[in-house]
Amino acid sequence: MSYVLTEEQQFLKDSAKDLFKKAPVSMIRDLRDGDDEQGYSTELWQQMVEMGYPGIVVSEASGGMDFGLRALGVLMEESGRSLSASPLLTVGVSAAIIEKYGSTDQKAHLATICEQGTVVALALQEGNFYKPEHSDIVAKKEGDTYMLSGVKDMVADAHAASSFIVTANSEEGVTAFLIGKEAVGLSMDKEFMMDSRYYSKLKLENVSVPSSSILGSAGKGKKVANDVTNMANALIANELVGVMSEAFDRTVAYLKERRQFEKEIGSFQALQHRAADLYGEIEIARSLAIKALDALDEEDFMAPAICSMAKAKCVKVSQLATNEGVQMFGGIGMTDDEEIGFFMKRARVASQQYGGYAYHVDRFATMNGY
Amino acid sequence: MSETLTSSPTETSLDDFRAEVKTFLAANCPESMRQPILEESDTYFGGRNGTFKDADQEKWFNAMAARGWTTPEWPKKYGGGGLSKAEAKILKQEMRALGCRPPILSFGIWMLGPALLQFGTEEQREQYLPDIIQGKIRWCQGYSEPGAGSDLASLQTLALSSGDEYVVTGQKVWTSYADKADMIFALVRTDGSGKKQIGITFLLIDMEAEGVSTRPIKLISGKSPFCETFFDNVRVPKANVVGQENAGWTVAKYLLTHERSAISGAVDGDMMTPLSYYAKKSVGLTDGKLSDGLLRAQVAAWEIDGAGFKFTLDRINEEMKAGQAIGARSSFMKYYGSELNKRKYELRLDCQGRDALAWDGAEHNGGKIARQFCRTKGNSIEGGTSEIQLNIISKHILGLPS
Repeated sequence: MSYVLTEEQQFLKDSAKDLFKKAPVSMIRDLRDGDDEQGYSTELWQQMVEMGYPGIVVSEASGGMDFGLRALGVLMEESGRSLSASPLLTVGVSAAIIEKYGSTDQKAHLATICEQGTVVALALQEGNFYKPEHSDIVAKKEGDTYMLSGVKDMVADAHAASSFIVTANSEEGVTAFLIGKEAVGLSMDKEFMMDSRYYSKLKLENVSVPSSSILGSAGKGKKVANDVTNMANALIANELVGVMSEAFDRTVAYLKERRQFEKEIGSFQALQHRAADLYGEIEIARSLAIKALDALDEEDFMAPAICSMAKAKCVKVSQLATNEGVQMFGGIGMTDDEEIGFFMKRARVASQQYGGYAYHVDRFATMNGY
Repeated sequence: MSETLTSSPTETSLDDFRAEVKTFLAANCPESMRQPILEESDTYFGGRNGTFKDADQEKWFNAMAARGWTTPEWPKKYGGGGLSKAEAKILKQEMRALGCRPPILSFGIWMLGPALLQFGTEEQREQYLPDIIQGKIRWCQGYSEPGAGSDLASLQTLALSSGDEYVVTGQKVWTSYADKADMIFALVRTDGSGKKQIGITFLLIDMEAEGVSTRPIKLISGKSPFCETFFDNVRVPKANVVGQENAGWTVAKYLLTHERSAISGAVDGDMMTPLSYYAKKSVGLTDGKLSDGLLRAQVAAWEIDGAGFKFTLDRINEEMKAGQAIGARSSFMKYYGSELNKRKYELRLDCQGRDALAWDGAEHNGGKIARQFCRTKGNSIEGGTSEIQLNIISKHILGLPS
């Protein structure tokens, strides 16, 4: 494993670049303005499925490509550059979780995930903030079944999902369940967020599921949640690297093009130094994002800490890069016609998904014994 | 240097080499040379008047110098180690694993030597490289002048032609350890008629020559690692020009790139101790968390940037091995590394309170933290200010217009 891409990963990157050219930033605008129910292009997702993207981290034995999280990160960065909406992150993480923790029956889902891009959504957050160590969802044990009641929030791609990974509190402790969307008592409210994508409130009212729907074992849901936290954040960090890099490239291009006082504004040192500083911050963020995925792929014991470091840094730098973008584009940056604002909006939502800056700084410091 | 690289070493030969290195280090690096460097005398600097702190330091240096491993990758014909990149990496890894101190700290090794290998004549290499490798000559660098700091190319130290000699007159400033050095590699003006970058010559001058004098500069840290150096009609042989007359700017730029990468990776004695260690020791923990929540967030943010910087150096290293030139990215490394180090010492003052403020006394290690804090302020000035690095990044990486 290394920072430099392997031939296989480079090939994947090139093909992803080609694919996402068909899904430029204007696509998310069109979906938004057309009040699209899905919030992403089904056609684009189908193309991604044909290219094998949903199974990229799934083992070959289970029908996937077994390229590792680093490879999925390469795709996330490219999707970040074009702000392409799709269930790629959700599916990548849930597939990896099912493969790691699933029973034989549950693993049978992997084939349809890989072949058809079936979405299994991640329902971990409750309330305004992501804190998966605790759950207020009650999972009441009754013989061989559990009765779940409570509300999950900010569930990405829930409206497109055929099933859900849900954490809840049973008498054994936090427990993860894999629940089909057809379960009686399950409902959702779709919420439209700043990044023009849908996230849902998932309501469970006396949802009864057999104990065979537990992912892993009862009371061991924190382990599942922890794996979700690591993978999802390392992948989002890479998406954010794409978001910040593209926002930065566009900003630097604008500095060379826009003229005031009879000169390109990029010739002014006040702007040059801010751009040069931002360049460095992006370099740091990129290294952390790559390292996080490599560490997960290598099962490095430091991986969880590195994942939180990567997310925290990518949150800060994507914030800086998109803010500087809007500012340096000036008045035009404030208009909806200019695309730089879309980068800022996606960066903010992605930053909060699976834990924001404060959550990850705290998690990192705690892991380091302070 | 490529002449020493024979066929690429096989895995087996590298394994053998690693075993050889392990045995060598076990036998030749005394226990005391595996401890962190705490003060200046813990490092050997070499030179005509070089002195060893103790027998262990001498043994360790001599063992390394005998194999040419003070300069592992330099050609064998000048007395270097002649190691391949892979072998040199193994040596570095094994030294790091044991915590071995560098056998010598030498401007000759990390600055002048590479310039001589790149631009020097064969006579100059034969004359200077063996002595550099054996630590016999201590070098200093004469670049900046009172009127030529960030605008280095405006330097005015004159070298007037006089037969096969130059007569040098002028003043250099920020010459590190000039009062202890045997020789100086300096930038002098040999032509003042054209563009200021043209007309600069890279010249080697003996510090014992008549007309050379030095005066230490006392810094805000209370220490004097730098000097002013004066040249009053100093006669220097023309054979001491490195590269071509009037083409010294090229040599200087090459060296500055080296210097920037080196400053960014510079290891101070505490580099290996995490900042949070000091914070915990001084501030304490409540329920497993640093008792001061604001400091905790700042320390963590610094440690994240510190790790990110380390990973980035690793990444740039890998990319260079894969064939990407480092180019102006050395300016980014210098900028980020020095700003990071300054931030670290600001946080050490915040985390360690009164203890960090003491300026003297054995119980406070001679005011080490406070003095190092002051010294770090120079990190973003020496070797090109942070502002100059940002200019370079803007122009050469981002392609922004002037």
